[in-house]
Amino acid sequence: MASNIVLSQVEYNVVGKRPVRPDGVDKVTGRAQYGADLQLTGLLHARVLRSPHAHARIKSIDSRRAEAHPGVSAVVTAKDLPIASLSREQVGGDYQRLKFASDNFLASDKVLYRGHAVAAVAATSPHIAEEALALIQVDYEELPPVMDVQDAMREDAPLLHDDTLRTTYMGEASDKPSNIAAYMKFEKGDVEKGFAAADVVVEREFETASVHQGYIEPHNATAFWNTDGQLNIWCSTQGSFLVRANTADVLRHPVSKIKITPMEIGGGFGGKVSFYLEPVAALLSKKTRQPVKLLMGRTEVFEGSGPAPGTWMKIKVGASKDGKITAAKATLAFEAGAYPGSPVMQGASCGFASYDVDNGLVEGYDVVVNKPKTSAYRAPGSPQAAFGIESVIDEVCEKLNLDPIEFRLRNASKEGTRKIEGPVFRKIGLVECLEAARNHEHYQTPLSGENCGRGVASGFWMNRGFHSSCNITVNPDGTVNLIEGSVDIGGSRASISQQAAETLGIPYEDVKPTVVDTDSVGYTMVTGGSRTTFATGWAAILAAEDVKEQMVERAAQIWETSSNDVQYQDGVISHIADPELRMTFKELARQINSTGGAITGTASLDPSGEGNSFGVHIVDVAVDPDTGKTEVLRYTAVQDAGKAVHPSYVEGQMQGGVVQGIGWALNEEYFFNDKGQMANSSFLDYRMPTSLDLPMIDTVIVEVANPGHPYGVRGVGEVPIVPPLAAIASAVSHAIGVRMQKLPVNPGAILEALWEKDK
Amino acid sequence: MPGIVHVSTTINGNQSDFLCEPRQSLLECLRDVLGMTGTKEGCNDGNCGACTVVFDGRIVTCCLVLGVEAQGKEITTIEGVASAEGLHPVQQAFLENAALQCGICTPGFIVASKALLEAEPDADEGRIRHWLAGNLCRCTGYDKIIRAVMDAEEKMKA
Repeated sequence: MASNIVLSQVEYNVVGKRPVRPDGVDKVTGRAQYGADLQLTGLLHARVLRSPHAHARIKSIDSRRAEAHPGVSAVVTAKDLPIASLSREQVGGDYQRLKFASDNFLASDKVLYRGHAVAAVAATSPHIAEEALALIQVDYEELPPVMDVQDAMREDAPLLHDDTLRTTYMGEASDKPSNIAAYMKFEKGDVEKGFAAADVVVEREFETASVHQGYIEPHNATAFWNTDGQLNIWCSTQGSFLVRANTADVLRHPVSKIKITPMEIGGGFGGKVSFYLEPVAALLSKKTRQPVKLLMGRTEVFEGSGPAPGTWMKIKVGASKDGKITAAKATLAFEAGAYPGSPVMQGASCGFASYDVDNGLVEGYDVVVNKPKTSAYRAPGSPQAAFGIESVIDEVCEKLNLDPIEFRLRNASKEGTRKIEGPVFRKIGLVECLEAARNHEHYQTPLSGENCGRGVASGFWMNRGFHSSCNITVNPDGTVNLIEGSVDIGGSRASISQQAAETLGIPYEDVKPTVVDTDSVGYTMVTGGSRTTFATGWAAILAAEDVKEQMVERAAQIWETSSNDVQYQDGVISHIADPELRMTFKELARQINSTGGAITGTASLDPSGEGNSFGVHIVDVAVDPDTGKTEVLRYTAVQDAGKAVHPSYVEGQMQGGVVQGIGWALNEEYFFNDKGQMANSSFLDYRMPTSLDLPMIDTVIVEVANPGHPYGVRGVGEVPIVPPLAAIASAVSHAIGVRMQKLPVNPGAILEALWEKDK
Repeated sequence: MPGIVHVSTTINGNQSDFLCEPRQSLLECLRDVLGMTGTKEGCNDGNCGACTVVFDGRIVTCCLVLGVEAQGKEITTIEGVASAEGLHPVQQAFLENAALQCGICTPGFIVASKALLEAEPDADEGRIRHWLAGNLCRCTGYDKIIRAVMDAEEKMKA
């Protein structure tokens, strides 16, 4: 197979190869232990009672009949959560954040979405727990729900948080209660002047529906709260240390008394950065002093866990005849769900990142609505913003009769470009990605056929650094054990081990990685933000450097010389002046226990050199004008990976992100009835792409090394979901001759657009 | 309390007896009664394919089969795919082609793919995509899964 990697400057021994992942055999044989697989002696099973209403006041909860049901061990409600019964004064400055967090675990005064948890039952079997849920009587006073970001922003909209939520701007809160939790504004140059100078101006409004991350493994947590106060939790999470901190916060229990063991995780995509079950399972265990396993069902996952926000956006772009952007403006209103915290800030900072814009203005609104609190979903905020902005850019290109890649090249951000919200790009690979896309055989092959269309879009994610820790211990046989705290969601054990092996100059197979609990490794932030291979990989590099230094000292001690005389190169320790004194890593490892004991390298870091990442996608579609069905004929994704540590898993991230984006563009949406109840809360009705819906997804990995990482790594997980929404929508628009401004572009929407056009 | 039923069945070639409630699914019986947790639950309503097993020669989503229906039947689960000699070619192909990321859907895909290749050793890409349409994967975009199955097909023929 011809290489799909362009520009790579450096060849390494292990980094850049495609070894089998260390956890692979367990995962293809069914032996890997996911959260729901855990069995403990005396285990109780718990289920959660959820609100049938989208918006209601809780007048009373009577759980006496449930408690008396045979087999039931305990019932908990918000009364059992400490924050719900503490006052603002007792908790202090962090009150509102903690109250919101606590109320999302179990609602205290109001339910704010259909599926909001109100009580939980632990019983000897899950069926008995379910029976008991039906015996809990909750008296609700129904309130009108507000389900749409534009409705929620109106002056007379029903307020979710009564008089407690005020709009903040630059750290100041407004006087009036509102559903708008935050407003933000970024400005560069003079947009009015820029639009006045434009030859072409396109302004359009866009909407996107709520979509779910769609991980196949539902949320789960098992807790055991022992009589000595030690609380152990086993769960499916992207961030065990985050679960520990937030559980401690909400339960007012010391961090030192909480141990989180991250089980294998069955997908997350950002959705398992948020968590829903752990404190509830802990409270049930505290009441029963038995371990309690709490699992969500699929409907609960849809109705009670974080979708990505629905949005409304208004985008305006002006350009000169020679294809230069003169001004760009975006207004983004994102649904936060029931509690503040949509990713509108990220959307605002990603939207125009691919363009060197002299005059730009971006405004953002974070708005609460009666839907589940939104959670991160792969490049949170960026895909929606890119849908609007890239669609307008596509239309500008049409009006100017310019090739969409050529137009993007003329306006491309480069090293030194200042973004609208301030930061200046370091070395980035957007131009290289655009060139690789333009030169690709896919793009060079004209698209023919009736009702066919081609779409092009670019996308951006800033990537993250954050804390990571790693320990590496040398075994007497010359292998090493690598201990890390980053949950492995898609092959990161391999990519981290490769970097350790490369640094130590030993074979990949000699590194044995283990993901451990929060008691057993230093603080490590979430597996998310496209940071794991970058930051935890770097921690592994530093831990390996520490091992090397100690190996050099040990050799010096054995050879009775100064460590200054000893060098370490490619896994061989040798005396600089005396060629007779030479040991391989394995030979020295054999001697360490008899010459002073174990060697453990350790490292913890919070790196800031995360390289930003860009992607450019090309898609061809065919639309059936009779049914409105869109078929994806061909898809090519180009992305700057800095250095692809394990190219197969980089391709996998690209392909997976693309397909999630295809689902988002063509099919997926939360469909609510007029009472705010989700009408499609199963995988049958919330239809994610299947193997039958797709072609192969071609990938091109561009490697513009990130100068902020020892091997040039950039995060890769998030960018690939950014371009597809706009690329698909533009392709469909070209196929049917109508600009599609609302997602999903499903058969119904396409037929309506066609009927409207023929009127 | 509903009556407990004694079920006598064959799982991965071994006779297996277990007790269950009539309301328990085969998936629950495998996981919670027998401790065979390789078969995964993703939706519990037959739409994701994570709990795919072979049930008397047909692949089924065993969350939609009751435990009592296993009486006298032959069942193959993911735990029965590898042998003492090593991994099945489909498992090996999934490893070598990086056809899994989080791995939760993998047991279902492997059981379904093996059943296809045993029944139709010449299945082409379109047929493989059609056959596996009942198994959802959210991580991979299916590309590497389809390639792994095609790779296993080649190796099983050789």
